[in-house]
Amino acid sequence: MKQSILQVTGLTMDFGGIRALNSLDLDVKSGEIVALIGPNGAGKTTFFNCITGIYTPTAGDIFLTPPDSSKKISLKGLKPNQVTEKGLARTFQNIRLFAKMTVLENVMIGRHCRTKAFVFGAIFRTAATRKEEKSIIETSYAILEKLGLAEFANEFADNLPYGAQRRLEIARALATEPLLLLLDEPAAGMNPQETIALDKLIKKISLDGQAILLIEHDMQLVMSLSDRIFVMDYGKKIAQGTPAEIRENPVVIKAYLGEEVDA
Amino acid sequence: MVSLKELKKGLLTSLWFVFLTFPIIVIKVDPIQRTVIWRWQNALYMALGTFGIYLLVKYYQHRKENQPSRPKNTEQTESFLHGILQKPLQRKILVGVVATIAVLFPHFFSTYQTNVMTTALMYVVLGLGLNIVVGLAGLLDLGFVAFYAVGAYTYALLNLHFGLGFWTVLPIGGLIAAMFGVLLGFPVLRLRGDYLAIVTLGFGEIIRLILENWGKFSKGPSGISNISRPGFLGMEFSLEQSILYTYYLMILFVIITIFVVNRLQDSRLGRAWIALREDEIACQAMGIDKRKTKLVAFSLGAFWAGIVGVMFAAKTTFINPASFTFLESAIILSIVVLGGMGSIIGVVFGALILILMPEYLRALSEYRMLAFGGILVCMMIFRPQGLISNIRRTYRFEKKPQ
Amino acid sequence: MDYFIELFFSGLTRGSIYALIALGYTMVYGIIGLINFAHGEIYMIGAFTAFIVATVLSIYGFPLFSIVIIAGLAAVVWSSSYGYTIEKIAYKPLRHAPRLSPLISAIGMSIFLQNYVLLAQTSDFLPFPTLIPDWEFMEPIAHIVGTTDLAILVTTVMVMVLLTVVIKFTKIGKAMRATAQDRMMATLVGINVNNVISATFIVGSALAAIGGLLIASHIGQINFYIGFIAGIKAFTAAVLGGIGSIPGAVLGSFVLGLTESFATGYVSSDYEDVFAFSLLVLILIFKPSGLLGKATNQKV
Ligand SMILES: Nc1ncnc2c1ncn2[C@@H]1O[C@H](COP(=O)(O)OP(=O)(O)O)[C@@H](O)[C@H]1O
Ligand SMILES: [Mg+2]
Repeated sequence: MKQSILQVTGLTMDFGGIRALNSLDLDVKSGEIVALIGPNGAGKTTFFNCITGIYTPTAGDIFLTPPDSSKKISLKGLKPNQVTEKGLARTFQNIRLFAKMTVLENVMIGRHCRTKAFVFGAIFRTAATRKEEKSIIETSYAILEKLGLAEFANEFADNLPYGAQRRLEIARALATEPLLLLLDEPAAGMNPQETIALDKLIKKISLDGQAILLIEHDMQLVMSLSDRIFVMDYGKKIAQGTPAEIRENPVVIKAYLGEEVDA
Repeated sequence: MVSLKELKKGLLTSLWFVFLTFPIIVIKVDPIQRTVIWRWQNALYMALGTFGIYLLVKYYQHRKENQPSRPKNTEQTESFLHGILQKPLQRKILVGVVATIAVLFPHFFSTYQTNVMTTALMYVVLGLGLNIVVGLAGLLDLGFVAFYAVGAYTYALLNLHFGLGFWTVLPIGGLIAAMFGVLLGFPVLRLRGDYLAIVTLGFGEIIRLILENWGKFSKGPSGISNISRPGFLGMEFSLEQSILYTYYLMILFVIITIFVVNRLQDSRLGRAWIALREDEIACQAMGIDKRKTKLVAFSLGAFWAGIVGVMFAAKTTFINPASFTFLESAIILSIVVLGGMGSIIGVVFGALILILMPEYLRALSEYRMLAFGGILVCMMIFRPQGLISNIRRTYRFEKKPQ
Repeated sequence: MDYFIELFFSGLTRGSIYALIALGYTMVYGIIGLINFAHGEIYMIGAFTAFIVATVLSIYGFPLFSIVIIAGLAAVVWSSSYGYTIEKIAYKPLRHAPRLSPLISAIGMSIFLQNYVLLAQTSDFLPFPTLIPDWEFMEPIAHIVGTTDLAILVTTVMVMVLLTVVIKFTKIGKAMRATAQDRMMATLVGINVNNVISATFIVGSALAAIGGLLIASHIGQINFYIGFIAGIKAFTAAVLGGIGSIPGAVLGSFVLGLTESFATGYVSSDYEDVFAFSLLVLILIFKPSGLLGKATNQKV
């Protein structure tokens, strides 16, 4: 039995009178690809926002367990940057790249929390700082190569084609060396070829043992990638299981999937 | 080029402005003598002036629409300058020329002019300091002058009460200003951009009002005089020598500031500032501590202002709260905006233009503040990137053949 | 007790003036999300226009009653025209610019207008003519509540009622509320947003002009700089009440006016402006959504 990396229990989020998340339980084990699916407005992005510290959840617990230890770290109440430091990194559904920075620089920002040069190092450019800068650039470039973005390295992020921007979001998140990578609709707006390439890319990232939690609407992609699937609707979990189980689950078919499964 | 319809519209616009400005610029009353002066000629000037400006703006818009190659041209003049700066040899030549002019300047110009230049250089440093805050980190600080005042009063008071000298207080002034920066920044830096602007403005005014009203501490509106000029290993200077010395000191400061700001910009910290300016939420999600990163920018800016404050007190030997009004903050902001937010050369040019121009065109000096206000508006509308837009040196990685 | 009542009424008077100015800030903020930094200058120009027109008329021997009416009208007309023009020049071209651009433009406009009045008129304080004579029936309580205090209060209440009627029942008022709620939707249902924005500036400026006229005749002198301090204070009031909320602006203004009045009356008048600025800083730090404003969660 693999060890859990992320354990969420009873997560609830209210916006004024609206309950966007209703006592949600979810877990991801090491090396797994888990999908979170559900109709638009189900609360999937809100779930990401809550576990990454962007929103403060109304109730519930979030624990992260690094694979090499058995100590649970509570992520509740941490600021977004602290959550990232602990090992959750995410992409955004509505792309949020640093438009006026180059592709390489975007990834270099991801290295920020794993490096430490500060005012003194910046001004005096000490040997340590120079070494660190070099390693930032090299690591970032290596990630770009792995994600097939190396050709764009020196372009401004907003000049990239759409599919490449989505991949750059992933590259930037990977640069933070996450224990768990959170992808919010990475295939949104992609054409079929790009989606197939993305499928391969995510498998490739996963081969390195990277655990991934994926929000996605493209059922083919979800079925092909996931080890397990969680289905939610109106902020509640309505089903969970392997792709085969979800495909057969009458509640899911009724509430959400319908004919899309065969499409 | 300009159609009849547009001419008609221009005429209407200028009539509108004549109406709009009529009570203020045409009528002048003396409530004591009970006389009214009608300055009709002003209405005429206003009509002609607005009509001319209207045509200019229309012309500008036409050119922008009809000649898509135009913007490229302006970029070329810019990249000309940036080109020079990127080629090592040309860059050395340019730096050499500027350095020679800077060194020789006092020998060709009068003491008065050297003094004016020193003031301009002080604004260069102030501008560069504010540039870290506004240009790089994107935090609109309207109370920058407060930190300048803190530096100046630190020196004036320590000099007055304890006889401490310029060099001793220089770092103290900077540090105390930076401390104020941290104290203010800590609670306010989580605020949204426009609220932050207003809070810093309020803070600037609070500092000034306290200096004005707390007479026991700061000697109130009458200020502190007889502050020691900068010394050098205990040597005594004549007034003229002292002005010369201050000038060269300021040149040194400018060089150090440019060096430091440049290095900060090209560092892990500088990247974080720029990313923060672009998208705060994405930035935090990438693991950057928003509060801490902003706080560092804010207090570094304050540190610089404090240093220049000490310098200012030492140069003028007299300070009072009237030197630290909101308008001073606005002038420094104009320098950064005119030069180009984030651009070091831009800020240097901005400061020299804005401080020297009114000094040398005496006729203009009355219209100085009017012009500053106008510049802020016009720059935002026509050229938000400033005179010299900030073309950052971006990080590049060329794969070496193996 | 008399002193307390005196301070109370003087607080209400201050609060009324702040309210007249604060409404302009809050309405503009509600519609385009801009802190209209030049709003204080609109108020100053209103006071100046009233001063110039009233003085000219009194020199030419017009009766007091007509002077009050004409000077008041002139202040409203010109201030509104300035508000309208400033929006067209300095803010409209920046509607899609980064958030700080219009704010910088507004600061520039404020400095420009101050110096424009300074250059065209004077930097001296000018004595403002007495427009409101002391009424006889006020005699017994005159030492507590002055005639102008009462006039200001009454005028403010009337203006507020009128504004409420306009916003609640007229077509343009409904369009304003719709635009403030959701500009996108307002455009989709056929509201001309540009007109709504212009109308907002005109109404806000008219209120500021009335405030300018009242305060100038109350204090008895004006100069080009009065807009800056009054503007900041009114802004403080608007934020205190919850910027964007109209009842909030009124409530915030009275709270600020009373606080200032009691603080200067019982504590010290040296630090009058420090109180206001400190209050502003404290509210923005601890309760940026204000008394009646709603805290919002930015959608990611
Ligand atoms: N900041 C917010 N304020 C108010 N309501 C929100 C906010 N963020 C999300 N919601 C609401 O929560 C619900 C879930 O939204 P979301 O998580 O984006 O759905 P999904 O990602 O599953 O499509 C929606 O009804 C949405 O309007
Ligand atoms: Mg979503």
